[in-house]
Parts: sequence; C-alpha cells; structure tokens
Amino acid sequence: MATFLASCVVAGIPLLFATIGELLTEKAGNLNLGVEGMMLMGAALGFITAYNTSNPGLTLLAAVLAGAGGALIYAIVTVTLRANNVVTGLTLTIFGTGFSKFIGQPYLGSSVPAEVSAFFARRAIPVLGDIPFIGPIFFRQDLFTYFAYIVCILSAVYLYKTQMGLNLKAVGENTAAADASGINITLYKYIHIIVGGALCGLGGAYLSIVRIPIWQEDVVNGRGWIAVALVIFVAWNPIKAFFGSILFGGLSILGMKLQVLGLDFSQYLFDMIPYVATIIIVVFATHKKSREAQGPGDLGNNYFREER
Amino acid sequence: MHNLIKITKRADMKRSQEAIIYTVAILLSIVCAGLVLLVLGLDPVNIFRSIVEGALGTEMRIQQTLTKAIPLLITSLGIIVAFKMNFWNIGAEGQITMGAFGAALVALHVPETMPLPLVLLMMFVTAVICGAVWAFIPAIFKAKLGTNETIFTLMMNYVAIKFVTYLQYGPWIDPNGSGFPRIAQFNSNCILPKLFGVNVGWIFALVCVVFVYFFMNHTKKGYEITVVGQSVETARYAGMNISRIIIIAMLISGGLCGTVGMIQASAVEKTLVAGIANGYGFTAIITAWLSKLNPIICAFVCLAFAALLQGGTYIQISLGVSSAVAGVVQGLILFFVLGSEFFIRYKLSFGHKKEVA
Repeated sequence: MATFLASCVVAGIPLLFATIGELLTEKAGNLNLGVEGMMLMGAALGFITAYNTSNPGLTLLAAVLAGAGGALIYAIVTVTLRANNVVTGLTLTIFGTGFSKFIGQPYLGSSVPAEVSAFFARRAIPVLGDIPFIGPIFFRQDLFTYFAYIVCILSAVYLYKTQMGLNLKAVGENTAAADASGINITLYKYIHIIVGGALCGLGGAYLSIVRIPIWQEDVVNGRGWIAVALVIFVAWNPIKAFFGSILFGGLSILGMKLQVLGLDFSQYLFDMIPYVATIIIVVFATHKKSREAQGPGDLGNNYFREER
Repeated sequence: MHNLIKITKRADMKRSQEAIIYTVAILLSIVCAGLVLLVLGLDPVNIFRSIVEGALGTEMRIQQTLTKAIPLLITSLGIIVAFKMNFWNIGAEGQITMGAFGAALVALHVPETMPLPLVLLMMFVTAVICGAVWAFIPAIFKAKLGTNETIFTLMMNYVAIKFVTYLQYGPWIDPNGSGFPRIAQFNSNCILPKLFGVNVGWIFALVCVVFVYFFMNHTKKGYEITVVGQSVETARYAGMNISRIIIIAMLISGGLCGTVGMIQASAVEKTLVAGIANGYGFTAIITAWLSKLNPIICAFVCLAFAALLQGGTYIQISLGVSSAVAGVVQGLILFFVLGSEFFIRYKLSFGHKKEVA
C-alpha cells in the first residue's frame, strides 16, 4: 500500500507544479490554457540542457526559463495588448507543442545523462523518512519532489499570509477595485503569469528528467489539461492542490496497478475520472452559486482602465 | 500618474487600415519564425520554400493540402456558429472524436453487402447525432444553470478521447490485429469516394460555407445567435428564448464537428483511432478567430493553414526537419495577429498629457 501511495506521489508531482503555476496565474485574473504547451517547452529544454551539460542546476534553470518564456509571450499578448485569454492560451499550447517536438527531434530516444539521473535519484530525508507509513510515501523521494513540497507550502503562505498575496487576490477578484486602491495591476499580472509559467516548465521537466528519462514526443500527454482541471477541483487552494495532485496522479496509474494484481480494469476508464470529476465540480459550483468554488471574479476578463 | 503613452479606445477603423495592420502582423510573424529557425542553425529560406513546394508543388501535394483543409474548414465553421454567440466551444476536438465514434458504430456493424450510399448516409447521420450530443451536454448546462462552457467543453474533449482509447485497447480491439491495439479497418462500402483525387468531403465543406454564411446572415435564428453573442440583456429584452438559442447553436456547432469525425474516419484513417481529431479541433479555433468569424474568409484561412500543415509533413521527409515546424509558425502567426488587434481597437498617442482620473 505504501509503495502504491509513493508511486501516486511521483505521478502527482508534475501535476502539482503545473497546478500551482496555473493557480497563481488565475489568481491574477488570467486564464492561461497554455499549461500543456509550457510544460512541453520545459520538458524539452530541460531535457536538451541535461543531455548537453549533464548539469542538474542548468537543467532546472532551462526548464524554468522555457516555461517563463512561454508565459511571457502570453502576458505580453493578453495583459499589455489585451487579447482574448482563451485564444491566446490555446495558441500557446499549439506553439509549445510544436516547439518542443521541433527542438526535441534530434534527441528522440536519447536518455538523461547518469549524472543528472543520480542527482535526482531517490534519497530519504533523515528522521522524516523513518516515520512509519508516512515516511516511505512522502520522504523517500527525489530532490525534485521535495522542491515541489516547498513550492506548495510557500505558495500557500504567500497567498494567505502576506500582503502581496492579499493584493493578488484583489487583482483577480475585482481588477478595477484593485487598481483604484493603488495596486500595480500590470506588474502583479506579469509576475504571477511568468512565475506560473516557470512552475509549469518545472512540471514538464520532472516528466522528461525523472519520470520518463528517455526523450519522447508528447511526454506531457495531456497532463497540462488535468492541471487546468485540478485548479478548479481544488478550488484555487495550494494545500488542496497537493492532495488533489496525488489523487489525480494516483488515478493515472491505478488501472495498471490493478492489472498487475490480476484485476481487469481498463486504465483508460480511470483516465476519464479527472475530467468527469472536474465537470461535476464546475456544474455544482454554478448550481450552488458558491463564491469559493467559482474562482476569481475577474478571471479571463481583460482590464482597461479607461473603460472602468 | 504621469503617462508618456496614452491609450484611448478607437472608433471604427477603415477596412484598408485594418488590412494593412494584419498584413504587417503576418509578415512580422514569418520574419520571427525565420529568426527562430536561424537561431536553431537552420536555413529559413530553404525551409519556407520547401513548405510551399510541399504544399503546392505537384498535383498530388495539392490534393493532400485540400484533404487537410476539409476537416479544418468544417470544424472552423462549427466553431464560428458557437463563437458568434460568444459561447466558447473549445470542445470541437471531442465532438470530432465522438462523430468518428458514431460513424464507426455504423461502419463496424453493417454487412459488407449493403450499398455504399446507404451506409454512408447512416454513418453521416449517427456522426451528426453523436457530435451534437457531445455539444448538447455543455449547452444544456450553460442554458439552464449558467455553467462555464469553456472548462466544460474542454474537459469533454478528453472524456471522448479516453473513451475511444478505451474502445481501441479494449472491447473494439481488432481480433485479427495480432495483438496490436487497433480497431478493424472499415469495409469498402464505408469509404467516402473521391472526386478529382480528394475525398468528396470537400464538396460538403463548400456547402457548409454557404450554409453557415446564409444561416448566420440571412435567417432569423442566425440573427438571434448574433444578438445573444453581443448582449444577452438585449436578447432577453427583445423577448428571445435564450436557452433555446444556445442549444440550437450548439447542436449545429457540434453536428458540424461530428461530420468531420465521419469524414476523417471514413476517408482518411479508414477506421476509428483515438487520435482521429488530430488537433484540428484546436487549430480550427485559431482559423475561426483569424477569419473574424466570417465563413468565406475562413475558407481561405483554412486553405493557408492546411498548406502549412502539408508543407510541414513534406519537409519532415525531404529535409528531415520536424513537421512540428507548422505548429510553431501557426502559433507565431496568431500571437502576432492577436497582438496587432490591439492597434485596431486602441489608439496610442504620445505626449506628456496629465491623466484626468
């Protein structure tokens, strides 16, 4: 059981990075449907850097820059040039998918160098790793995973316990009011969209470096869309995102695990659950008219001061 | 606040000025794509020339381009109907997939001896129904509860794709496929015939252009859809039945996408595969947007994008450059066009005017 839950954590980590990234973006009032594209860009550039430099630090940096770069394009087009959020995000996905396939083509079938793999091998955290049950699940993982925990905790503290986090909430909730109260809307949007993109890039790199360390096209395989779903599923809450990611990550491997046990369940039916669950949540959120579950009030609306 | 650049909303711009801005944007995007290729150590001129050659160089390549334009155009038309209503149907990918499922449902179960026109008609009808049902589900929730259709339609895509994957690997697996996870090929009485070397879907696509154009501009329902898109309040004040309009528009939108599934399954793949929609559902959002939701302009935009896709396939074979270059160029074109629209909607004036808040 503990082994299975540990695999759920591994499957959930890329989702966690991307979900927190999209969550920050949406808190700033922007719906970025380019998650899949940014993850692929991070996966490709991360892999290529790992392959050519064998340096784990540069690998992470490349993944961050790739995701942030994609997000920067999105931010310029939607925030400064006020283009439609949905269309721009989808374009980013098409662009990022093409870009990753294109630059990754010479590396098809290549493996992550041993130095990088060794750096991201599993290491138990002293003391924490020895806690019965919990230890083997959460604290005998790789450094990348521990970093995800830190990102998750930091973003929760940031959103709920700092002035900037509160301001951010105001920007997404009611942009005009936030602007009137003197918050620099443009700066907030840019920062959070870019940081969000960087996290998506890291999520992608986790897949291409740790999870599936041989380069293949479309290594992200729809996980970006699951992250978009997860943000709604966890009601824009980073702590819930942690458990949600592990849950959806677990669903993505459940069918195969059951087959190993001799139970004949199709993985593809389990794969539907995250999407169906998200649909149900979206429907309930509108039915109950609950503010919490509907997300930021100004999500996806462009803001133009003169139209206030 | 002391602003050096002042942004104000612009009144309607002249058509010619708009055209200039769009042309500049597209040229810039191509220059930008060229720079990306250059940075990656490739020869952009050679690649662009090969893309054009690969798309239009020979009769067969033109036929390939047209074959790719068919699904793109019909899907875009379906999306146009929904977008006109300001309904974000980004579920075309799933509606295509379900349409293909509907077509396969007929194709895999009719006897080999049944006459071709009858089989194709049945496939067509079930494809339309399946695509329309897939669009109806988010539409009814939008109409009755106001549920956000963007996320709903997006999620429906993956439900459809995973469902077909399940069929392909499970109940519908070809017993003669020697264990390979695929669905059996359709019989010859399920395959769309060709005219001038391209499957007859192209005639249907042109009919759809005329239909959508006429429907949106010259019928009461089409007018109502446009009014709902511009202002739900106005529509309600005018006594329109908004729920009904939403549902009708989405049935048309999903139905059109469903036919794409039938065409692709019957004429291109000759069976049902999980990846049948092949990203057309997403690319069509771009082409619909680029054509400003005008069905006639859309036909030309789709031709250009299909040429880009076909050219991409060609350079993969001829130059060994990944066909994904088409996605990069498409993405760049839309980034620039989306960005350029800012200059159509807003006017920039330079100066030291103090803002009057």
